Amino acid sequence: MEIWRLPISASQRGKLISAGYTSLSSLSSISSSDLARELNVSESEAMNILKVASHSRGSETSNASCSIVEGAQSAWDMLHDEESLMHITTSSADLDNILGGGIHCKEVTEIGGVPGIGKTQLGIQIAVNVQIPNDFGGLGGNSIYIDTEGSFMVERAFQIAEACIEDMSEYNRFLRKDFQECKIKMQPQDILENIFYFRICSYTEQIALINYLDKFLSEHKDVKVIVVDSVTFHFRQDFDDMALRTRVLSGMALKLMNLAKRFSLAVVLLNQVTTKHTEASFQLALALGDSWSHTCTNRIVLYWNGNERYAYIDKSPSLRSA
Amino acid sequence: MANKLISEIPLPKSIANVFSARNISTAKDALTLTEFELMELLDVGLTEVRSALSQISEIVAPPYQTALSLMEQRFQNEHLGGHFPTGLKGLDAALCGGIPFGVLTELVGPAGIGKTQFCLKLSLLASLPTNYGGLDGRVIYIDVESKFSSRRLLEIGLRSFPEIFQMKEMAQEMAGRILVLRPTSLAEFTQSLEQIKVSLLQKQVKMLVIDSMAALVSGEHEQGARRQQTLSWHISFIKSLAEFSRIPVVVTNQVRSRNHEDASRYSFQVQSRDGAIGTTMQYDSHLVAALGIQWAHAVTTRLVLEAKSGERFIKVAKSPISPPLAFPFHITSSGILLLSDDGKEVMGPEINAIHCQGHNEIINFGMEGLH
Repeated sequence: MEIWRLPISASQRGKLISAGYTSLSSLSSISSSDLARELNVSESEAMNILKVASHSRGSETSNASCSIVEGAQSAWDMLHDEESLMHITTSSADLDNILGGGIHCKEVTEIGGVPGIGKTQLGIQIAVNVQIPNDFGGLGGNSIYIDTEGSFMVERAFQIAEACIEDMSEYNRFLRKDFQECKIKMQPQDILENIFYFRICSYTEQIALINYLDKFLSEHKDVKVIVVDSVTFHFRQDFDDMALRTRVLSGMALKLMNLAKRFSLAVVLLNQVTTKHTEASFQLALALGDSWSHTCTNRIVLYWNGNERYAYIDKSPSLRSA
Repeated sequence: MANKLISEIPLPKSIANVFSARNISTAKDALTLTEFELMELLDVGLTEVRSALSQISEIVAPPYQTALSLMEQRFQNEHLGGHFPTGLKGLDAALCGGIPFGVLTELVGPAGIGKTQFCLKLSLLASLPTNYGGLDGRVIYIDVESKFSSRRLLEIGLRSFPEIFQMKEMAQEMAGRILVLRPTSLAEFTQSLEQIKVSLLQKQVKMLVIDSMAALVSGEHEQGARRQQTLSWHISFIKSLAEFSRIPVVVTNQVRSRNHEDASRYSFQVQSRDGAIGTTMQYDSHLVAALGIQWAHAVTTRLVLEAKSGERFIKVAKSPISPPLAFPFHITSSGILLLSDDGKEVMGPEINAIHCQGHNEIINFGMEGLH
């Protein structure tokens, strides 16, 4: 690993190179006071540089069997991990089927569709379903609902929560006919209490919030799903610099994926549609452009087909288009 | 929140100085750059950049609320839990109480179907005191097409609430609460909006009506995507206005005929259904709402008014809380009257379609009914 890859400031790097240290091995044998003298920096700065250097180098020379490159996992271990992961049901058996059991944890799923097709409804449903307790096959976790458009209606969430509890009691009665009636102790209010609601009014707040979620999630370890409704709204208004928009969006997507993997939760992003001119005709496509389409792991498009709503899996690493 | 100055955020002194030296003064500037860009720009290490960013983010990020506390807050502080009853029982039941506060509600329909009448009735209702079902406050009515008729307003008032409007002082008081603005261009509209935002709370404005949004934009000669961009600032401004003041905002929209530029299919649909494209087109009506798909995403509730086989219907086309229902209605001297409080459930994309059949007969019938 070379010096220019180290995460230190540009001036420190410049000093290292001009003093003749171009590779890490050259830093391995020097002491911090000598380094400080050579580079003309303070001793604590020199110690810092050496610490960073040895940290990056340590990953290369470690001998543990599955840490050939630090942070990597062997594919076999990953398979075990994936099988033990639970899914969040969407309350629609067909949709769960094509999703392979439900919304996957540790992945980012994007759901898009025309206005009025039910994206917000699906988002609220997922935020409620994640709270189904483990006994009923759910994750028993909390949810974060990030609202950028103001379309979260509390009354509707209450209705969905009531229906969910009714479903659970029916399931209970159906399955445990022989045993005693285990009463469902959950009330709709409890479900609502476990939905953390954030209202965002600009894209700066959106970026700030996703940065802050890191800290929030370490304090609230029960959160199992983050629903963002919708991720496009603030990015479609007054953004003149398209290159900046792409950069900001991809940075945000990476952070979300990072959160999903580290805290083992599912991230659901709701997207709007726009018209795209392709092959001499106008078609509907999900908003935010082509570069955004690469950033999410799974993509579901909701559309009208005749009189019914259909879902189409547009992109997924492990599921077929359906 | 976005434009919060870095100097106001409690960062360690060294970093704060560097930020200001490099001309990054607001949180917005800092957050739109990536970590590596900031490292290059500020000449500090990664850990310092990360901790500075996380501190800035923590301050700029909005606080959270649990959905439960949100519900309790709404029920305690707001009129009927955040809904404005329209007086049309079936519609109110479908909308869980009435027109929701804090979000945009759109009325779309062909010309002459009753959008302005509905707006007049709503403005009147909002100005009434709370024991009559009103919001007891002022209403700002932005009348772009000069359709506001104060005589008609008073007629509606007289027929619906005779006990108030027969007394001249009361009628004057109620009508005095409705402020009408007539912007002649988009620029004037923008100016008025900004003024409204400033004085909204002091002047006790309880509802905003914009009639009609489409007329503002059609005056500007731009097509398609450019037109949507012109509007996008206004869309987010009106939404944020509604949001922070928690008032109902009603906007009317016109219709236009569908042109070949209107997309209605996704790429995967086109590929798999080559034979069936012709047949599905028959289900769509030839009228669509003006203002495009970005506007359609931005409104929370969409009420479609249409005329079908000689009858008028008001349909709840898009709403986070109601099923897709259609109610037949009549325009009467006291405003709008629903002919039936049980809506008819409409399946599928039919709910979004706008029909204009038998419209001429209705207009003639209506004229007779009014006299």
